[in-house]
Amino acid sequence: MAERSVIPFGPQHPVLPEPVHLDLVCEDETVVEAVPSIGFVHRGLEKLVEQKDFKQYVYIAERVCGICSFGHGMGYCQAVEHVMNIEVPPRANYLRTIWMEMSRVHSHLLWLGLLADALGFESLFMQSWRLREKILDQFDEMTGGRVIFSVNCIGGVLKDLSDEQLKTLLKVIDEIEAELKPILRTFLQDYTVASRLRGLGVLSPDDAIAQGAVGPMLRASGVSYDARMTGYAAYGDLEMEPIISKDGDSYARCEVRLKELLQSFDLIRQAVAKIPAGPIAVPVKGNPNGEYFNRIEQPRGEAFYYVKGNGTKFLDRFRLRTPTTSNIPPMVSMLKGCQLADVPLLILTIDPCISCTER
Amino acid sequence: MAKLAKSPWLLHYDGSSCNGCDIEVLACTTPVYDIERFGIYNTGDPFQADILLITGGINSQSESVVKQIYSQMPEPKVVVAVGICACTGGVFKECYNIKGGVDTVIPVDVYVPGCAARPQAIIDGVVQALEILQKKRDDFEQKKKAGA
Amino acid sequence: MECKNEIRPIDLEQFLPEVIRFRQSGWRMGQICAVRTPGGYELSYTFVKDYDICTLRLSIGEETVVSSITPIYPCAFIQENEMAELFGVRVENLSHDYHHRLYRIERDTPFKEKG
Repeated sequence: MAERSVIPFGPQHPVLPEPVHLDLVCEDETVVEAVPSIGFVHRGLEKLVEQKDFKQYVYIAERVCGICSFGHGMGYCQAVEHVMNIEVPPRANYLRTIWMEMSRVHSHLLWLGLLADALGFESLFMQSWRLREKILDQFDEMTGGRVIFSVNCIGGVLKDLSDEQLKTLLKVIDEIEAELKPILRTFLQDYTVASRLRGLGVLSPDDAIAQGAVGPMLRASGVSYDARMTGYAAYGDLEMEPIISKDGDSYARCEVRLKELLQSFDLIRQAVAKIPAGPIAVPVKGNPNGEYFNRIEQPRGEAFYYVKGNGTKFLDRFRLRTPTTSNIPPMVSMLKGCQLADVPLLILTIDPCISCTER
Repeated sequence: MAKLAKSPWLLHYDGSSCNGCDIEVLACTTPVYDIERFGIYNTGDPFQADILLITGGINSQSESVVKQIYSQMPEPKVVVAVGICACTGGVFKECYNIKGGVDTVIPVDVYVPGCAARPQAIIDGVVQALEILQKKRDDFEQKKKAGA
Repeated sequence: MECKNEIRPIDLEQFLPEVIRFRQSGWRMGQICAVRTPGGYELSYTFVKDYDICTLRLSIGEETVVSSITPIYPCAFIQENEMAELFGVRVENLSHDYHHRLYRIERDTPFKEKG
């Protein structure tokens, strides 16, 4: 009988941009069990609703995570707007959609770079982050910030975009897509990448649903679910279908995310073509009184935003269930039976965002 | 550029950051802002690092980890606190789990404010840290000579 | 697209049978959260099927012991441990019980009182 040893993984590790700790119980080089230990990024910001009023809290909600920042601001604002029965103007909805899709592009390019770095494919890491800089420059010009740009407010958005800026955005999207297509083709057809990712961490559709997977993890196992289909913001006016794959392994998860990148370019083009003129925000009077569960599709999956107001300017409760919280149980079950060298890869194929999980 | 002649290696650790400053730190190592053209390389090993870039405030779990990483780095070393959360605790200062900035547990040499700190500011902070590193290196050499 | 988003209050006795019914009909786990109320807690268990969401609402006292749903939905262990550690909700039969050491914070049940 092989001897068991416990190998600690993290919180400081070359492939992990964020601290998470796993105790890997190994027999020789095969992982038998993985026990997650989280809490390194726990700030306890949900309790700040007692000290910041609901309008100021947008700035805290955005800083839950730097990568998914825009989505968190938007999800929170939408939940409060629903409780207060505020009708956001259509132009603000389109602007939110455009910025959300740009966020998705930047997040997927970031993930691609980190995965390539974990594989040892450093040139792909540099290339995808170089392309990502073009999107960040667009964010900088439009909103003044590169990663956390605070343009959401209760009732709409804070900045408008001129026709010139929208035209420049379309030009930049065309440039990125042209440079990205050969890179994606190389990545998906590369022999080394395929041999490391195919068959790794297979999740069947029933397991994916039973274990609570969301986002590209769920879609790569063949379950067609994308919260954007519920039609929030301007998604109801745009044409899209969830991108799914039947294989359920790590390669399928990569494929789904890369295809979503190209889908996001298409959604941005549709939104820019259809954006109406009009105001970008409505004034907000009164305080929220009531509760609502809002959900949006973040780059990593479906996120729930629960807001409960009691008629004062301080909310009773804000609860954010992020996609990675739901993806950690299936990740832990996928780690069983894999080789020790595959652990960083498996963790990166779920696209973890630990600061989102722990808030 | 004598101060950069020795090609220092940097180590990045996320204390309890939202990740915004971390991706800006990583953006410094990739094309466009490329800190590697100065010979600075992002290593994952504390035993081989000269500069420690810390983002995020300190909470009860990361306190011991940060102290351990700091003690594992060989002398001379410099610490750069990137982002306002690492400087003072930032917007999360009043949270129950945040003790404050990085200087509550280890000595900090350069503070780079910002939310998220821009790559230009981070590189500027690293260059200033390198001047301090050079001074520490000279002091270290002198002590060695005086001791020997 | 039209999709349901309902919050359904439920009693403690009917809670587990209802969760089992959700599982058998193919609903997946959405989220679990707690809200502090004067004298107790309001627990919300959200389930998702296709694009509909349904939340079961349990209103309990401070000392009430709630059964964990991990025997039915094993993936709920993280969110139930968080509820127990941060709010002080008493949960029994957790499959992976971290005994209030999931986040390992210094302050006990910070969401139980204001401030």
